[in-house]
Amino acid sequence: MAAEPILRTEALTRRFGGLTAVNDVRIDLRMGEIHAVIGPNGAGKSTLTNLLSGDLPPTSGRILFRDRDIAGRTPHRISRLGVGRSYQKTNIFKPFTVLENCRLAAQSRAPHALRILSRAERFRDLARNAEAALELAGLAQRADEIAANLSHGEQRQLEIAMCLATAPTLLLLDEPLAGMGATESARMVELIRALGRDHAVMLIEHDMDAVFAVAQRLTVMVNGEVLESGMPEAVRASPAVQSAYLGHGE
Amino acid sequence: MNRRRSDIALAAALLALALFPLAGSTFYLQLVTKIMAMAIFAMSLDLLVGYTGLVSLGHAAFFGIAGYTLALLSPQYEAANLWTTLPAAMAACAMFALVTGALVLRTSGIYFIMVTLAFAQMAYFVFHDTALGGGSDGIYIYVKPEMKLAGRTLLDLGDLGQFYDLVLILMTAVYLFLRRLLGSPFGRALAGIRANEQRMRSLGFPTFRYKLAAYVIAGALAGISGYLAALQFGFVNPEILSWHNSGIVLMMVILGGMGTLHGAIIGAFALVLLQEVLANQAWFGEAAKHWQLAMGVLIVLVALFLPRGLAGLGARPRKASADGR
Repeated sequence: MAAEPILRTEALTRRFGGLTAVNDVRIDLRMGEIHAVIGPNGAGKSTLTNLLSGDLPPTSGRILFRDRDIAGRTPHRISRLGVGRSYQKTNIFKPFTVLENCRLAAQSRAPHALRILSRAERFRDLARNAEAALELAGLAQRADEIAANLSHGEQRQLEIAMCLATAPTLLLLDEPLAGMGATESARMVELIRALGRDHAVMLIEHDMDAVFAVAQRLTVMVNGEVLESGMPEAVRASPAVQSAYLGHGE
Repeated sequence: MNRRRSDIALAAALLALALFPLAGSTFYLQLVTKIMAMAIFAMSLDLLVGYTGLVSLGHAAFFGIAGYTLALLSPQYEAANLWTTLPAAMAACAMFALVTGALVLRTSGIYFIMVTLAFAQMAYFVFHDTALGGGSDGIYIYVKPEMKLAGRTLLDLGDLGQFYDLVLILMTAVYLFLRRLLGSPFGRALAGIRANEQRMRSLGFPTFRYKLAAYVIAGALAGISGYLAALQFGFVNPEILSWHNSGIVLMMVILGGMGTLHGAIIGAFALVLLQEVLANQAWFGEAAKHWQLAMGVLIVLVALFLPRGLAGLGARPRKASADGR
């Protein structure tokens, strides 16, 4: 993977009082590459995602996205630069229809969002982007359902579809498989693999089978620090990783 | 509710209101005029409370500022011009909303309630304790504003029936404007903010700016109602900015059903008419003096048994699937 990283962190650190949740982390994310981040609970994976998406400001360090330091910018600014994220805990607009969830996501990219007297449905391009995202995430036939009525797995798919409707270049996926059944998981893995071809993807996941099935690069975090990073097979073979994490038979 | 059915019901209600002056006595004409002005007030608050999820307890500030703007701009013995004073009143409210909104919208939930209340109380004391607006006595508006077009009087606002028409037209216009706004991309974004603001931010929406825009629009629209009330009663005093007034309009929105524009109108009618009925000594004798007690009980009952307000009564029960949960 010779491509230049689209996102690169330098000495990224986040402290909560006395606890250092993310400590001196360096990570590179590249276009067309799925970079999985694994580690035991409390390793700092979700905090890392929150730092990259702007949901949390870092205590110190830099986040270079396309060579621009975005550390500490607000989530909406980072989102507009082309960084989309999904949440570990399903985070959707439950009272709205599935399509409206994605239409709103697509609208965030539209310059006419502040036109207050035109009907939202008039903007066909938004609906098309939303439908395309639903199609990609495999939810097209559920478009008119109220999001609250979707199964857990479908809500996870919607989470990703909303993210896609904003047309991001970098996807931060925080445990997309959490709580999914086997069939749903298999579909999601396929989706992630497909997205990895034309996006940069950071995948946080506990499901090791899924991780080794799709990841081209693997980073192991323990106690807020990067323990090992590299090609999945090399990382898997690393003695430090074996003893600290994988060795426990997950 | 079926959109077409609700449109027919609405058109019928507006027609009834348009024909009402043919039947109503002076007393009732004045009462309904007052209610329709309050309905504008309630709809403007519903934009914040019902659609954006911002519970404000300081909405009376806009009502009062608009009233004082008219009073202060009215020459003592001549008629003011409606075409300049109404926009001026709305602009004053929009300015107040922009400045205070930039501060209050940094808070949320219970703090938002407290800070909006605090700003309204500050506005109250500015008019109560300084000579700017005649102190606690307020100001009289001796001559009603004129509404002329090319030298001809369009509506004589001193005439009860014609003033009634103006208020009805403005109430309808505000309703249609807000309905349009809520169906626009901007309105959808407000709904998204109400449902899940954090998610809106992570999708790339600058939610603060959206909320501020809604706050300014709500303030300017509330200004219309304050202007009309000042025009109708011919005087302003600091009480129109008091927290009682903010509380009453909030009760109208809750009673009618939050997040339904027509609910705000229904709430305004229900609250004012209830007050008239419960305080009627001919019907309730001595008990009429304690009408606020009965009103309180009724509000509690509505809150308990009609969570979607009076507007929820007419609507068919939503399919279980449509409930937000």
